[in-house]
Parts: sequence; structure tokens; C-alpha cells
Amino acid sequence: MSTGIYILAFAVLLAGLYAIVAKKNIVKIIVGLLAVDYALNLMLVLVGYRTGGTPPILVEGQTPAKLAAAAVDPLPQAMVLTSIVIGLGLTALMVALGIRLYERYGTFDTNRIRRLRG
Amino acid sequence: MMPFVPLLVILPLGAAFCVVAMAQVNWMRRLTAPLAIAAVLANLVISAMLLGFGDIRFFVGGWGPESAIGIELVCDGLSKLMAVTINLVALVAFVFAVPYMRRFTKVWLFDSLLLLMIGAMNGVVLAGDLFNLFVFLEIAAIASYALVAFGCEAEELEAAFKYMVLGTVGSAFILLGVTIIYSLTGQLNMAMVHSLLGKVGPGGPAVLLAAALLLSGLALKAAMVPFHAWLPDAHPSAPAPISAMLSGVLIKASGVYVMARIVFNVLGASDRLAVILMAMGTLSMLIGVLLAVGQWDIKRLLAYHSITQMGSAAQVASRPSPDMALAGLCLFGGLFHLFNHAMFKSLLFLSSGSIEQQTGTRELKKMGGLARRMKVTSFCCRVGALSISGVPPFNGFFSKLIIIVALVLAGHEVLAALAVFVALVTLISFIKVQRYALEGAAADAHAANAVEAPVLMQTAMVVLAVICIVSGLAIVPLGEHVLGPAADALLGAGRLLSTGGAP
Repeated sequence: MSTGIYILAFAVLLAGLYAIVAKKNIVKIIVGLLAVDYALNLMLVLVGYRTGGTPPILVEGQTPAKLAAAAVDPLPQAMVLTSIVIGLGLTALMVALGIRLYERYGTFDTNRIRRLRG
Repeated sequence: MMPFVPLLVILPLGAAFCVVAMAQVNWMRRLTAPLAIAAVLANLVISAMLLGFGDIRFFVGGWGPESAIGIELVCDGLSKLMAVTINLVALVAFVFAVPYMRRFTKVWLFDSLLLLMIGAMNGVVLAGDLFNLFVFLEIAAIASYALVAFGCEAEELEAAFKYMVLGTVGSAFILLGVTIIYSLTGQLNMAMVHSLLGKVGPGGPAVLLAAALLLSGLALKAAMVPFHAWLPDAHPSAPAPISAMLSGVLIKASGVYVMARIVFNVLGASDRLAVILMAMGTLSMLIGVLLAVGQWDIKRLLAYHSITQMGSAAQVASRPSPDMALAGLCLFGGLFHLFNHAMFKSLLFLSSGSIEQQTGTRELKKMGGLARRMKVTSFCCRVGALSISGVPPFNGFFSKLIIIVALVLAGHEVLAALAVFVALVTLISFIKVQRYALEGAAADAHAANAVEAPVLMQTAMVVLAVICIVSGLAIVPLGEHVLGPAADALLGAGRLLSTGGAP
């Protein structure tokens, strides 16, 4: 079951990478980057997931050892929140750059956005 | 000294937000640049003071050494070397930027973004756990994407978008690598991961996948060949002080430094990783320099040379020999070269910015005769050119000499010969710069009417030029007090970073 989800997350990652490499439209490239970002967040959560696990909250009458044995790992959840926020910032900047590029070149086509040699 | 360590990150970050707030009030807008310079100067003083102290571990939020989940800042020899380099170049770039950025509107945005980048880079070199390393890398990267696009011209936007796409893919690989390492070990603290990976066995397929992801992500950030395509566009597109920061510090702090940290202190140096790093380093060295010779845009030429020099640093920082003493010598050379490259490449980018400002062009063919009209800039440009080409007694000569000698001693004569060849080609390409930009007759009216740059820009360049000369002559005390501990920090991975245990 959980292997299947890992494979699905990996498939999303690969689809995103494909869009970045093969697509010529800036909007599609941005969507590809978002897909990569989401796939990574999914994988981060999956790493801490435990089938049938309880929420990582210490209730009254429960020892920390018992909680650690039953609960899902909370650390990746904290990490994924950070990662989502970083992704938001990146997306905003990417879209802003895309809009500015459209203003300058009048197109989203990367074949026609080619003033640099490199 | 302990409470001062987090200030290295807090001061620039705090100042960055203050700058944004101050810019909304009319009479305070003029104070943003002095505030930024003061913050960076305080940082430089702190990092220089830290050099005199031993290794420091700082636990953010008081989690203490026994907890596995706290955020830890580690200030060892290598971190100190990098912190001094970052803050020194940052201070010079800020001073240079005061007159240079007058042509732009909203200079406070520039101040704020550059401060964010500096704070994040300080965080990168201090981070003691993998996830915070990633977070700081991302902050530095996002600030640098915005800074590359700062001018908002068509070419700059294009370069920034290219840089951003590749940089984001690199960050994604790094995060995936960190995720895999976490799922293997259940730890993020570098030292604990190192000791746990030793138990799992460093050769397992999952560890290899994580290593491959981390290394390719970091190679993208360090612009190693074949991941270099973004650098020659992105670095020249930024304003000159930013080019100096990107080429001088960012590709080291978020590329080569992290690579060395991951290889030595997390994964554990092995022959397999050494071969990969050496191959990438040698390729970058050769391809970078061969592409550089043909460039006519002075900033593009400098950008290609950054690929070359990072290649030679990565090549020797890969532990080319299993012998500890030899590996120490190689690392010593590599780290000295990192420091030197930060100094002379920033100097060259700043003088190219000064030339660009005064002549209005970056094309070498449109300059000429500047040595007579821009004496200080030309002098500094020459010092930088001689340093990067490895002419004695400048600092570049000593680091290249150590690298070549170490490679020969380690039994890699072919690589040493290649390093000599690359040094020669570097010299040729900088003779070209001298010949077309500084000597000869002025190519057009702009070049003929060029006058010397403002005093602050001259000051910034002279400071770096003096460092280029002095650090070459002061190699013995520098090696003993700064570079030696830095190399030890990488080789003696177990010493400070070992699990638990007070420093």
C-alpha cells in the first residue's frame, strides 16, 4: 500500500521534471516546477507516515515511549510546512518573472525568448 | 563567544526587514544603505573575532546536545573561514554599491535582498543539520534569483528565469536527498547522520541514490560542468556588486562548501565520491577556461573563469589521496584557493562594473586606453588579473602552487599538468583583457571620455587589491590560524561533530 503511494509520488516528480525539460511554454514550465515541489512534499510526509498511526499528541495517562511506538513521526510534518512556505515564495517569484518576461517579449514561448547566447 | 554565533544570521536578516520598513518613511529612506553597511560590518567583526576562539556549538532554543531534533549551529574552522570570506566580500560589495546603484530606482530593495542573501549564506555555513542547510540554501537562492533580475531588462529577466528553473530543480534534488537520508537514519543532525550511516553501511543503494541526488543538486548550485549552463548568463546579468557576490561567494557557500561538508562530514569520503568530484572538477576546469578565452563580453569572460576556478577547488577538495597528510595538503590548497578566488574574482567583477559604468559598455572591443584615464580601476583590475592567472607573489600563485604540488604528490601527474595548462590559458585570456580594455587607443568616444569612478568604488576595489597582495605574502600565518583548522574540520569529521559530548 505505502509502496504504491511512494511510486505515485515519484511518478508526479518525473512528470514535473518532464514538463520542465520538454515544454517550451513558460507557464507549463512553472506548472512542472510546482508538480516537482508537490511530489517532494508528498514524499516528505510519507517518510513520517505509519499505517494506522495515531496523531503525535501526548494525552493524559500516556507515556512518551508508548506514544513514540504508536504515533506518526511529527518531524517530517514540521519540515513539510517549511517546504510548502518556501514553495509559495518560489511560485510567487516565478510567476512575477513570467509576467515581466511576457511584458518584455510579448510571448511565453521559450523558443522566442532567446537574446542570450549561453 | 557563544551568544555571538547566531548574530551572524540574525543581524543581516533583521536589517533586511528593517530596511523594507524604513523605506516606507521618506526621511529614513536615505539611511537604508548605512544601516546595511553597519550590519555587515558588525558581522565581519564578529566573524573575525570568532577566529580567535575554538569550535563552538550553539543550540537554538536551548534543546541541548542530547536532543536529536533541535536546531544546531556549528562554528568550526571551516565555518569561520567561510563566514569571514562572505562578510568581507559583502562589506566591500555594499560600499561599492553606494555610488554604483544610483542609476537604479528603489535601491532599498537591493539592500534588503542582498542582506537576505548574506544572512542566508552565513546560515548555510553555520548550519549543523541537513534540513536547515536546505532552508538557508533556498533563502540565499531566492534572494539571488531576484537580484539577477534586478534591472528588469529583457536579458536580465531571461537569465533570471533560466537560473531560477535550474536552481529550483537543484534544490528539489537536494531536498529529495535529505528526505532519503532522513528516512534511512531518522536523523537530520549532520554528525549523527554520519555515525548512523556508518552503521547502515555507506554502500547501500539508498545511500547511493541520496548521494547522487545531493551531489547533482549541489553541482547545479556550484555550476560544475555539465551543470554550468545557467552561470554565464546569470552572473553577468546582475548589477556588478551582485555579480561579485554571486561569483565571489554564493557559488562557494552554497555549492563547493556544502559539497565538501556533505562529502566529508555526512556521507564520509570514499574513493567512489572522490572520483566523481575529481572528474567534475577537472571537466569544469578545462571547459570553463576554454570557453572563457573566446569571450568578448568582459563579465561573461569572468563568469566562465568562475566555473574554471570552482572546478580546480572541487578537484582537490575531493580527497584525491587516501593518505591523511596528503589529503590535508590538498584540502589546504583547495580552501586557500576558495578564499583567494572570492577576493580576486570579486575584485575583477567590481572593476568590470566600474569600467562598465564609466564607458557604458561591456564589450572589450569597444574599450581601450583605460589605463591612462581610469588609473585606480586599471591598477586594481591588473592586480586581480595577475592573481587569477597565478603570477607570483599574488595570492593566486600560492594556492595554485599548493594544488599542483599536492596533486603531483598524490600521484595524479596528468591532473597537475592539466592544472598548469589551465593556468596558462587563464593568463592568455587576461592578457586579452589587458590588451583590449586597458592598453591601446580608445575604440570610441565613450571610451575616450571615460573618467575615474567615484571614490567609494575606488576604495572598495583598493581594499580587495590589497587583500590579494597581502594574503599571498601572509600565507604562513594564514595557513596556521585559519586554513589549517578549516581543513582539519573536514578531515577530522568525528572530532567535534561526534554525537553528543560537550565541545
